[in-house]
Amino acid sequence: MAWTRNVMRVNLTKGTIKREPLNMEWAMEYLGQRGLATKYFVEEVDPKVDPLSPENKMIMTTGPLTGTMASTGGRYSVVTKGPLTGAIACSNSGGFIGAEIKSAGWDMIIFEGRSKKPVYLYVENDRAELLDARDLWGKSVWDTDHELHKRHQDPLIRVAAVGRAAEKGCLYAAIVNDLHRAAGRSGVGTVMASKNLKAVVVRGTRGVGNIRDPKAFMKAVNAGKKVLHDNAVTGAGLPKYGTQVLMNVINEIGASPTRNMREVQFEGASKISGEAMHEIRKSDGKANLVTNAACFGCTIACGRISVIDKNHYTVVNSPKYWGASGGLEYEAAWALGNDTGVDDLDALTYANFLCNEDGIDPISFGSTVAAAMELYETGAITKKDTGGIDLKFGSAEALTKITELTCRGEGFGKIIGLGSRRLCEKYGHPELSMTVKSQEFPAYDPRGIQGMGLAYATSNRGACHLRGYTVASEVMGIPEKTDPLTTDGKPALVKAFQDATAVVDSTGLCVFTTFAWTLNDIQPQIAAACEGDWSMEKLHEVGERIWNMERMFNNAAGFTARDDTLPRRLLTEPARTGPARGKANMLDKMLPEYYRLRGWTPEGTPTKETRARLGL
Amino acid sequence: MAAAKKKPAARRLARPARMRHIIIGAGPAGVIAAETLRKLDPNAGVTIIGDEREPPYSRMALPYYLSRKINEAGTHLRKTPRHFKKLGIDVRRDRVTAVDARNRQVKLAGGGSLTYDKLLIATGSSPVSPPIPGMDLPGIHPCWTLADARHIAKHARPGAKVVLMGAGFIGCIILEALARRGVQLTVVEMANRMVPRMMNTTAGGLIKQWCLDKGVRVHTSTKVTAIEKGPDGRGLRVRLDNGTVLPADLIISATGVRPNIGFLKGSGIKTDHGVLINRNMQTSNPHVFAAGDVAQGLDFSTGEYSVQAIQPTAADHGLLAARNMAGHKGAVHRGSVNMNVLDTIGLVSSSFGQWMGATGGDSAELCDRNRFKYLNLQFKDDVLVGATSLGLTDHIGVLRGLIQTRTRLGEWKEKLKHDPTRIMEAYLANTQAVGFNAGMI
Amino acid sequence: MLRALKIEPEKCTGCLQCEMACSYENEQVFNPSKSRIRIFNFHDEGRFAPYTCTQCAEAWCLHSCPVEAIVINPKTGAKEVIEDVCVGCKVCTIACPFGTVNYNHDSGKVIKCDLCGGNPACAEACPTAAITYVDIDQTGLDRMRAHAQKTLPQSAQAA
Ligand SMILES: Cc1cc2nc3c(=O)[nH]c(=O)nc-3n(C[C@H](O)[C@H](O)[C@H](O)COP(=O)(O)OP(=O)(O)OC[C@H]3O[C@@H](n4cnc5c(N)ncnc54)[C@H](O)[C@@H]3O)c2cc1C
Repeated sequence: MAWTRNVMRVNLTKGTIKREPLNMEWAMEYLGQRGLATKYFVEEVDPKVDPLSPENKMIMTTGPLTGTMASTGGRYSVVTKGPLTGAIACSNSGGFIGAEIKSAGWDMIIFEGRSKKPVYLYVENDRAELLDARDLWGKSVWDTDHELHKRHQDPLIRVAAVGRAAEKGCLYAAIVNDLHRAAGRSGVGTVMASKNLKAVVVRGTRGVGNIRDPKAFMKAVNAGKKVLHDNAVTGAGLPKYGTQVLMNVINEIGASPTRNMREVQFEGASKISGEAMHEIRKSDGKANLVTNAACFGCTIACGRISVIDKNHYTVVNSPKYWGASGGLEYEAAWALGNDTGVDDLDALTYANFLCNEDGIDPISFGSTVAAAMELYETGAITKKDTGGIDLKFGSAEALTKITELTCRGEGFGKIIGLGSRRLCEKYGHPELSMTVKSQEFPAYDPRGIQGMGLAYATSNRGACHLRGYTVASEVMGIPEKTDPLTTDGKPALVKAFQDATAVVDSTGLCVFTTFAWTLNDIQPQIAAACEGDWSMEKLHEVGERIWNMERMFNNAAGFTARDDTLPRRLLTEPARTGPARGKANMLDKMLPEYYRLRGWTPEGTPTKETRARLGL
Repeated sequence: MAAAKKKPAARRLARPARMRHIIIGAGPAGVIAAETLRKLDPNAGVTIIGDEREPPYSRMALPYYLSRKINEAGTHLRKTPRHFKKLGIDVRRDRVTAVDARNRQVKLAGGGSLTYDKLLIATGSSPVSPPIPGMDLPGIHPCWTLADARHIAKHARPGAKVVLMGAGFIGCIILEALARRGVQLTVVEMANRMVPRMMNTTAGGLIKQWCLDKGVRVHTSTKVTAIEKGPDGRGLRVRLDNGTVLPADLIISATGVRPNIGFLKGSGIKTDHGVLINRNMQTSNPHVFAAGDVAQGLDFSTGEYSVQAIQPTAADHGLLAARNMAGHKGAVHRGSVNMNVLDTIGLVSSSFGQWMGATGGDSAELCDRNRFKYLNLQFKDDVLVGATSLGLTDHIGVLRGLIQTRTRLGEWKEKLKHDPTRIMEAYLANTQAVGFNAGMI
Repeated sequence: MLRALKIEPEKCTGCLQCEMACSYENEQVFNPSKSRIRIFNFHDEGRFAPYTCTQCAEAWCLHSCPVEAIVINPKTGAKEVIEDVCVGCKVCTIACPFGTVNYNHDSGKVIKCDLCGGNPACAEACPTAAITYVDIDQTGLDRMRAHAQKTLPQSAQAA
């Protein structure tokens, strides 16, 4: 059955912890993780709730394959209402704590209320307690992690924590687990900190069993592993270059948003690419990249572990950052690099370390800095605002300084911590904010990859590449090649990707498997592990159900069709270079058809028939 | 071997006279020695003389017999039927009353004597009875032999009032077994903490607290002053120096042991606390060796010769003594690390080497009283010399490994002082090939 | 020809597939905490180290066992724990200087690598061939063996 069938409910206001049986009826309709936790969430929380009030809840959730031997089966998600967007937020993370939660015997942990004083949750199998975290408050994630390992005298505990940025109210704070994996987007860390919950510490020694058909499961798992191994992207490209394999590719097709998305190609891309991370630095004779590393159970191992040159200006006086740690992934490299015009690889690595150390989303952060740089260029922001920082595009010093401030919630960093929309509104230029539903863009320019424009505009958690990654089809030809410069067939493509991703995010598996796997590879693993009917047809239906459930929550929270749009710049300022030269995004050519395919009204709400069909 | 096969004649000529090995004591030290001798010299005569009625068994297994994890056969050192016969090892039930070293003979209680070329003394130790009035009353047992264990098993019924005298290492192991039998248990210990010779005040105190939490009454810093018959003639009463009087159905005495060396009087073999041996396990008589609880062997940590009275040392001694008896000149003892692991009603503790610290050394310590977790590392320079742990069971053997290899920890010492839980990393970093990922990148 | 696990830490990515395969083979659950092979993560250096019993010739665990619960499998050379015989005294866990025998709280017995009877699940599961099962003289065990010798309470030449 793969689910543990146990839900932990932690009421932080009352300080109580209770066990509840998992609602199996819902599990049959929503599978697990993203789908199932969102179902719990929408059933329990008023869509109008203030995200940072005690009435908001936060669910840490695993999937039925989390903690199993299915490749990449170590994922967990955090579901809540996001403070950055005001929309449903669901952030997914790898590392090891997801499997640990499962191994301790829990499918999900629901946090409600707000503790009077800082606490952390300590879970050791059946035993769970809220422990005093007053001495941890004000500490970074890294310091908190080290302290907790020592305190519990157990190298094998897994820690997920928030850092100082979250405590200080940064609206895109992340929950960081295992030092450098993060439930990164939409400010789920801000919600956690608002509950006075500093960390979740887990040790599970029961393991994950109860596989419906173990023989069939191992067969499906091994078949899946083989597909990943034999595939050029998951078997070679990702292990070697990580997601950074994309840096040069996306730049070449003219879809690399640069300097707050004014341009679509970055002249410095090759200096901060996956290939560049392999190059031996002249300064210290070492490469930036030390090794690739896997999350729990992952046979791809795309993770980057990097070191900064000890003599680099960022760390020369801080031995703390001389060791290896989580290096640049594509989105971070892009946001901190291309979008701010900075091409100093070690400076970006340092900024990335800091984002991990104190838990902020590097995408939203980098994009917000990019907006601030443009505001600075136009004169809307001056040194008086920045506290003396010369916030010019391309300035590595400015970037690393502002990263330090934002991570610690100090000075101008507090303003940067509000995100691009609030920043640009504050300084009178809302049009310079590159956001959808207040969430910043990731690393694919919708002028060069048309389908992504629709994916961003309709994403349920604001601009995001992980809700429908049509890049796979439009750029890499997975599962089949479509033309990135046209809108033909894109509404159907976006819908299909969105629904399929909703399924993957509900299994416990990593969405990166879908560079090689389709649902056809995943379905046998779920069917062998889980009780119930898990045919392909059923999975498609589950994906669509999840998507519509999230949409309905957002509609009830006040979002309408008007929010399904892109910043004016992307719709009206054509790309000036590259293959997409002369093109802006043609969202209006796609959106109406997308609504029709979804079975939504022109106002963007699911029709009665659609709701009935999906049982919503 | 190959060469020998080709020249059977030469081999026959070179063959020495058949060696006669005699081993006194059928405990682990004696049995391991006998088996090793057999392996090293297929032709030698190997005889074990043991005075207990049972087939060679393990004292260490007695607690598990008491807690019903195993039956009597489960305590036997060897499980294969006719194991010793098949190996051509002669196991005799008798008692050696004296050693005539000049004539290389041992005298047997059953009459007669046996001649040896090499003799191994592996007679172990026996419990000492403290000088307390009433110790000779019925209903007071040590827990040392299988015969003792049978008595205890008979009387330690659920609900029975049991007083355990002595909370040393052996006492604490028995405590676990008794608790599992569901008796009403009270422990009396003279020292200020439990397992005083294996744990420091913090760790010993935590074990006591753990026992109290589990419903075991524990009196530390307390002496038994007298044992008397119960008021109505049934049962016993234990008087403590703090004025308490404890009623008891059964009293178990675990107040210490002494090496069995009495029969060596007049043999000329030198003894101190135990039998004195050198680094070849040889006694003052070159044909006589000693091993196990009876031997005063080299302590790895202190460099002194002492009786450790633990199973791994008995096994080391037995192996090494046999190699020396078979004439392997290079088999020199490097000293055994004193170490123990203890399970006290589910709380696992361990201690190694100089757990109490070395002069001029320093240490790292972590203590979580609420969760009964404790870790203490003792260093001399950058070498680990001792350790104590509570609640740690994964990879604890590396503590022995690091101590006994005298591994220089280098930069890892500072890391361990900062966070001693990284011991396994320190071990691997200093002893194993730990590579950078060169596979994919 | 006896075979042994060859471990090439430089190929390890820390994915724990081996730990899951091991626990699944032995305990019928995916449970790294009950794995006989463990991956250690040197975080600050970006290194991983798979680590398990080398089936060393000295067999400290076997000799220290008071009840003969650890025996040699003649087919594989592995030192195997006979669960029914093990009393859970844990002496082998402190006697093994490599720290590769662990106590299992749930079963009350010790666990160690037994090479899965000649078909090690960890090697099969490893996606990067960091763990392979090869002829014994290819394993480069020398380093570990040398270390074992140092630990020996007697001199090296005794056998
Ligand atoms: C209850 C209990 C629990 C223990 N738990 C542990 C533990 O957890 N860990 C640990 O390391 N150690 C433990 N020990 C100690 C361990 O059992 C001994 O260290 C070990 O048995 C020593 O082995 P040995 O062969 O030297 O002596 P023994 O096992 O004592 O064997 C000696 C044998 O020689 C016999 N003998 C003596 N004199 C003569 C004679 N004159 N003629 C013939 N035979 C004679 C004795 O009767 C005995 O049978 C425990 C002991 C007991 C009693």
